[in-house]
Amino acid sequence: MSVQEQDTAVQPQRASLLNDPKVRGLFYQTVLVLALVWFGWTIVSNTLANLERQNIASGFGFLETTAGFGIIQALVDYSETSSYGTALLVGFFNTLLVAAIGIILATIIGFVLGVARLSNNWVISKLAYCYVELVRNVPLLLQIFFWYFAVLRAVPGKRDKWSFFDTFHLNIAGLRGPRPVFEEGAGFIGYAIILALVAIVFIARWASKRQAATGQQFPVFWTGLGLLIGLPFIAYLAAGMPVYFDYPIFVETGPMLRRGFTLGTGFNVIPEFLALTLALSLYTASFIAEIVRAGIQAVNRGQTEASHALGLRSGPTLRLVIIPQAMRVIIPPLTSQYLNLTKNSSLAVAIAFPDLVSVGGTVLNQTGQAIEIIAIWMAVYLSLSLITSAFMNWYNQRMALVER
Amino acid sequence: MSNAETFHIRTDEAPRLPAPVSTTGLLGWMRKNLFSSVGNTILTLIGILIAYQLIMPFIQFALIDAVWTGDSREACLAPEGGHAGACWAYVIDYFPQFMYGRYPTEEIYRVDIVYALFVLLLVPLAIPTVPYKTLNTILFLFVFPVIAYFLLTGLVIGDTVILPIVETAVWGGLLVTLVIAVTGIVASLPMGILLALGRRSDMPIVRLLSVIFIEFWRGVPLITVLFMSSVMLPLFLEEGVTFDKLLRVLIGVTLFSAAYMAEVVRGGLQAIPKGQYEGAMALGLRFWQMMGLIVLPQALKLVIPGIVNTFIGLFKDTTLVLIIGMFDLLGQIQSSFSDPNWSTPTQGHTGYLFAALVFWVFCFGMSRYSFFMENLLNTGHKR
Amino acid sequence: MTKKILPIVLGAALGVAATAANATTLEDVKAKGFIQCGVSQGLPGFSNPDAQGNWAGLDVDFCRAMAAAVFADDTMVKFTPLSAKERFTALQSGEIDVLSRNTTWTMSRDTQLGLNFAGVNYYDGQGFMVRKELGVSSALELSGASVCTNTGTTTELNVADYFRANNMPYEIVAFEKADEVVAAYDAGRCDVYTTDASGLYAQRLKLTNPGDHAVLPEIISKEPLGPVVRQGDDEWFNIAKWTLNAMINAEELGVTSANVDEMKSSDNPSVKRLLGAEGAFGEAIGVSNDWAYNIVKLVGNYGESFDANVGPETPLGIARGVNALWSDGGVLYAPPVR
Repeated sequence: MSVQEQDTAVQPQRASLLNDPKVRGLFYQTVLVLALVWFGWTIVSNTLANLERQNIASGFGFLETTAGFGIIQALVDYSETSSYGTALLVGFFNTLLVAAIGIILATIIGFVLGVARLSNNWVISKLAYCYVELVRNVPLLLQIFFWYFAVLRAVPGKRDKWSFFDTFHLNIAGLRGPRPVFEEGAGFIGYAIILALVAIVFIARWASKRQAATGQQFPVFWTGLGLLIGLPFIAYLAAGMPVYFDYPIFVETGPMLRRGFTLGTGFNVIPEFLALTLALSLYTASFIAEIVRAGIQAVNRGQTEASHALGLRSGPTLRLVIIPQAMRVIIPPLTSQYLNLTKNSSLAVAIAFPDLVSVGGTVLNQTGQAIEIIAIWMAVYLSLSLITSAFMNWYNQRMALVER
Repeated sequence: MSNAETFHIRTDEAPRLPAPVSTTGLLGWMRKNLFSSVGNTILTLIGILIAYQLIMPFIQFALIDAVWTGDSREACLAPEGGHAGACWAYVIDYFPQFMYGRYPTEEIYRVDIVYALFVLLLVPLAIPTVPYKTLNTILFLFVFPVIAYFLLTGLVIGDTVILPIVETAVWGGLLVTLVIAVTGIVASLPMGILLALGRRSDMPIVRLLSVIFIEFWRGVPLITVLFMSSVMLPLFLEEGVTFDKLLRVLIGVTLFSAAYMAEVVRGGLQAIPKGQYEGAMALGLRFWQMMGLIVLPQALKLVIPGIVNTFIGLFKDTTLVLIIGMFDLLGQIQSSFSDPNWSTPTQGHTGYLFAALVFWVFCFGMSRYSFFMENLLNTGHKR
Repeated sequence: MTKKILPIVLGAALGVAATAANATTLEDVKAKGFIQCGVSQGLPGFSNPDAQGNWAGLDVDFCRAMAAAVFADDTMVKFTPLSAKERFTALQSGEIDVLSRNTTWTMSRDTQLGLNFAGVNYYDGQGFMVRKELGVSSALELSGASVCTNTGTTTELNVADYFRANNMPYEIVAFEKADEVVAAYDAGRCDVYTTDASGLYAQRLKLTNPGDHAVLPEIISKEPLGPVVRQGDDEWFNIAKWTLNAMINAEELGVTSANVDEMKSSDNPSVKRLLGAEGAFGEAIGVSNDWAYNIVKLVGNYGESFDANVGPETPLGIARGVNALWSDGGVLYAPPVR
């Protein structure tokens, strides 16, 4: 289409810049950039003018100021005297915790449901179908409310409990259980776990090499399990048993307020966390189930037949032949479900679980720094999204079909 | 065997026996699908047990123990020694509020007209065999929003009040849910198309900006977008210029869903064979002619299921506006919980159950439709 | 090409919803014909919508009084329900003209947010409510308790200070909406519910069995609640400030909505000045001279508003206490009109 190669002397008027796609492209893009710059500049100048006119302080200096409010669940050291920055960090770690546990649970439930939907057993496959259609067609927020306001409010009150195996106790204040307390020397157990993991990696590599070379199999799984349990146990004994469990104390007599579980004893999962994690993982699981089903169905039926012909039973067929191939179809949509779960964890704000958005909202209220807080939110979620996509892309590439 | 005396040669076919009882009929079906092995039998029994455990209390609560009539909380309190069931009387009493919010009673007919118009235009649009699709689409996408806008907000020309103004602050219930979801999807469609074209453009800056825009909005949770539109947007505007709260939410939701829409449309654009583009160019069509006449009509038809799925997602996500203090269906139901006249232990359960029912009916219906369209559209493209 | 849609959309929207930027809030309000007043999302006695969506309450009465002062018509006011999170930006951005939403006057809010507090229409303090069955009679016995409160309010900070100062461990559950706090407390998620004492009385009405709950005697903070306007518009600030003062002065001078017409011809010079029979005090703040007459006639004086919304005769049943006039042993003391 370019006119440069033509004889310019013959048709000078055809060289009209108006019709050159390159020039036009450049023109449109310049206009676009100018419009954007104008738009951005208007917003920035309006905002600055507003802030100045109304004497609103701006900048991130407030992060150093003392927060002054309490947070019910903190993974890092936090007290009322900590700074707003620390408070936001607490919220961030809570978001990560919900997202991580939610992703693990959703994946397990989702895979089970996905396989169940393809089950030959009519009852099981219909149950899975009903679950999927019921759960994914109801708003997540409603489900969070359901778990929090309907289910977890129907459990015994604070002075009472439901016990499971005499170890875990559920009441309206949450799920209590024993809390491991690490004394000096407990670090050795951590080293032992790391050592075991490294050993497992090496054994797995060696075993697969040996199998490739000689065809002999090595029980990697059982050896690994033994190492993973045995090594830390030896370390535990060697270091003089530095770990003990702190059991929650349940008081049944004395003043009413003192009854129930004593604050700070045992390990407590607050009901807000339970409700959020349950709702998130059950909701996302319904989507993952559909993805898994579609992935498995995408694997050619011949693969199953060939595998049976080779003498593999149904279990190993699913594990060794079908799932690895289905994974290629499953991973991209699975990634976006993981991202959705992470983003949806921000609904914590509706049930008072102190995640990043919830704590950020409190900070926003106390300081009035709307722009800074919302910028922090968006930056954090964007980076989480980008990191997750990057990781899943890497995993996807590893799993991708190697064309020969 | 060696020297057999009598030979019996069969001349006609043996009568066909019916298949063993154990493989046909209900019994056979059960053997095959429920009790084919020990493991399967156990699974079946567990499954039936789970289903029974889940369904029976539900039926007990929602139907058997339910209260259908009454005008205050007394009607819904548990009978002596019995279990309290769902308090449908409360839902019936509050039904107008759940549907229209606090929209003035004498103006509610306007909302009904909008609903009726919406259904009248959408149904023929959704059924593939009904003709006049182009006219229908234009009416639905361009004329209907204008009419609906004036019907819902009111119309005052000069000093004559044709339709009294109804502020958006009094809107609520399903009306707000539908307004946000439908506006979000209709307004985001053109934006999504532009963004999808931009992402596939040859112009590097356009492509880059489209990618940044799309990935940005897809990377942040909707709730932060809503907080931004309710708390931060006012600071972006010039002094004295303010937005209606609902309008701010609509802008936020539109930008948000435009990014998702762009990805859906991009999928459709990628599915169009290259020959279509080349054919259009060979005919001498300009870019917009090629897109508008050849590529987009095909691509958009392909992505109807995707658009419906985006809509389902958006429809469910509209519930988030209750967090920023607006009254969508769920918000309206939640706010009714503070009415002492109906406060009973089952009020919350009933309200949430009603909300779940409404959302489920809408979403399930749409997902079935999307599934139906997918099958319909697939036939032509199956390899 | 793609992003240009944004300004177009915004531009189109502006045509629909923008109000012209005028030099002052008063001109702006007069031009649009009503006052946009920010209130709570529902706090009985202070600002609460009834089933028909009509707002009532002490904070609502203040906005109605401002409308009466500006327009001589107390109905020319529209209410915007706001969460604690939105309230200040809504005012800063001009979405509302005045914020009358049980907002505590603190130094940082007054100085750092570009806001001005126009006075105090209710002197409050933070209190605690517990179940009677707990047998607690003082807040100092609350060590180890779990506490429900609203997020992002001064109460959240006060409770932290209080428990820390008294060396008592506690657990805080902070919800976004007042209704959710009440529901959580009612369900037994927390032992203690803390908010402004007035709020405790108001929210107690929403509990399943209000009689099972008691408000503890300790008041752990000063919470002067008052209306707020934007900084930098002294004219509007004056109208807000003097609307409140007029209501308090009217009570002090014995002017009520019932007798305001007779009082107009009173011999008392203070009453005459207040009701506009003498001097031009109204014009000085940019409204008509009978502004205070309209306030009292249409809305009532402070005492009437208090009694009708939160007083002993109402379900809230709050005694005047510290909110009585200075002459009756309270702290309400309005500067004179002269």
